[in-house]
Amino acid sequence: MSRCGQSNDFQEIDEVSRLVSHKLAAFLRTLREAGFAIGLAEGQDAASTIAAGYAARPQLLRSALKHLFSARKSDWDKFDGIFDAFWLGRRVRSRAVVAGAAKPSNNPSLKSFGDTGATQGASSSATDQVPSSDDAPDSRGGEGRMEGASRAENLAEVDFRKFADPEQVADAHEAAALLARAMRTRLTRRDLLRRRGERLDLRRTIHKNISHGGVPIALARRRRKDKPLRLVVLLDASGSMSMYTSVFLRFIHGVLDEFREAEAFLFHTRLAYVSSAMKERDAGRALDRLSLLAQGAGGGTKIGESLQTFNRHHAARVLHSRTCVMIVSDGYETGDAALLGREMAALARRCRRIVWLNPMAGWAGYAPEAKGIKAALPHVDLYAPANTLKSLAALEPYLARL
Amino acid sequence: MKDRDEIAHALAASGYIADGELATAISLMQLLKRPLLLEGAAGVGKTEVAKALAKVHATDLIRLQCYEGLDQSSALYEWNYQRQLLAIQAHHGKDADSIEDQIFSEKYLLERPLLAAIRRQKPPVLLIDEIDRADDEFEAFLLELLSDFQVSVPELGTIAATTIPHVVLTSNGTRELSDALRRRCLYHYVDYPDVDREARIIMARIDGASASLSLQIARMVAGIRKEELRKVPGVAETLDWAAALVGLDVLDLHDVPELVHETLMCLVKTHEDKSRLTREVSDRLLGKVA
Repeated sequence: MSRCGQSNDFQEIDEVSRLVSHKLAAFLRTLREAGFAIGLAEGQDAASTIAAGYAARPQLLRSALKHLFSARKSDWDKFDGIFDAFWLGRRVRSRAVVAGAAKPSNNPSLKSFGDTGATQGASSSATDQVPSSDDAPDSRGGEGRMEGASRAENLAEVDFRKFADPEQVADAHEAAALLARAMRTRLTRRDLLRRRGERLDLRRTIHKNISHGGVPIALARRRRKDKPLRLVVLLDASGSMSMYTSVFLRFIHGVLDEFREAEAFLFHTRLAYVSSAMKERDAGRALDRLSLLAQGAGGGTKIGESLQTFNRHHAARVLHSRTCVMIVSDGYETGDAALLGREMAALARRCRRIVWLNPMAGWAGYAPEAKGIKAALPHVDLYAPANTLKSLAALEPYLARL
Repeated sequence: MKDRDEIAHALAASGYIADGELATAISLMQLLKRPLLLEGAAGVGKTEVAKALAKVHATDLIRLQCYEGLDQSSALYEWNYQRQLLAIQAHHGKDADSIEDQIFSEKYLLERPLLAAIRRQKPPVLLIDEIDRADDEFEAFLLELLSDFQVSVPELGTIAATTIPHVVLTSNGTRELSDALRRRCLYHYVDYPDVDREARIIMARIDGASASLSLQIARMVAGIRKEELRKVPGVAETLDWAAALVGLDVLDLHDVPELVHETLMCLVKTHEDKSRLTREVSDRLLGKVA
């Protein structure tokens, strides 16, 4: 192997290990800021790795620490850059800093949401006790679905873009989060009711009845294991959607929090995997992290290319047979509409349902004329407006049937 | 067995052509006593790493293939119920305590891979294959085993490990693994080999594959991987194809473009990909192969 051998230059060893012991703690901090999950144990292991002579040469140390600190492909890919920037002072530094520092971006939609999110982050207990009134605008026999979301009534039918003052926006966010939670409970309940088909487990039955001398009195059965529904949300964060992005982000944050299995992606001109950022408990902080991931928004929307990235790199991991993919976008494709059609077909092959939510579909007089949405529609199972909380709530019975 | 160079040589001697970083990973495994998590696309040789590691250490390979619904009784241990019942029937009339002592003894315990791995005299290589296919619950259980290396059997008591096995986990990425498991492990991403390494792999594995032919095959496969295929051919497919070509007495790919196209079925495994790799495409790719 090319990088091994002939490094008995003791002066170099001394120098590097001194450097290492001084800077290791700072390096760990840099890595943590860049999103690596590193605990105390890893720090100790790193120290013993260095003590065992792996610091002899930077190349070797980099390789060793890379194995130790990375936990997934994305870590693996960015580690070399961070390492080189930190230890060797190479030019990649700027990239590593961007990946690590939590600066709010200049993306207007996300930034403004980050602000409101921070103010309303912790306060949500007040509404829980207020019972919802009987003639709620959304009353398809859904008793108890809107549990506690009383303020949602007066907001339910208002288009998101008409929300003006911060307080109203905060209310909408809260309602979206509650809605996500209510959808989760409902889905779980239905799941349990549908379980059927029990078969006898002979092995277990014998085991269970050893105390009866082998006479099968107590029977053991096995039941089908249901895969929980998985929801994958792809949210368009481009400029044309900016009026709606914030409410949907809050909704997605709620969904990720409450669904056992959910993943989220953002796209504009490229695709970003945001589940880990969204899993931050505090909505305000989650949004801070998101504004970072959404950098580069505002230069058109490449839905086709983003879907291609999704199909190629993420689909195998996040999709299974009980997955519903929810695309939230206005369908204004600035890239190749034919590519979008092809990628939609590929996506449709892999998942159970595709729901396309288009906020503009709720506008009076809107028809799906954009060429992007025209190419995508044949592969979509449900095409629905999503410009009000009511229209979001209307999705729940559909999802429950999956 | 500490040095990276030695490990790289030993791996090569066992027929596994490793990249430099993998040797580092394996030496770290020994130093830090941590499991190694291998991720990568299907067919890049993740399982082979464990097999080669077993050869390097001259020890057994114990393999646990994960699947959905895998539970403790098929992964760890189970009582041999049939024999227990038989013993109860045979000793009918004796007092209950003596029968109980007897039927809950080692003799009636069925070892499954995980228990077997920690009770060997010489530390084996424990391969936990496709961990992403197992359920979350199993993953949590595995995590506990991998940190304590002891198993408690309620009827027998705690069984501590006599040796700590070399643990290799592989994942295809069909499910996101938990952060806890990832943190517990060293991580190595196995990528498709570059042309040079793939050629050396072919030469090491296929008898009668000349250096020039191996290089041609590797280049051709590298070209095919760049095409937009649904199923990208892995190293195993490359080896199949190389074996087919050697078996057909091919010495140079350029001599037999027709045969090259016809044998591509070793590499592409779906109808869609097959129809995408037309004769024109395969000729174009072949043209790029020096």
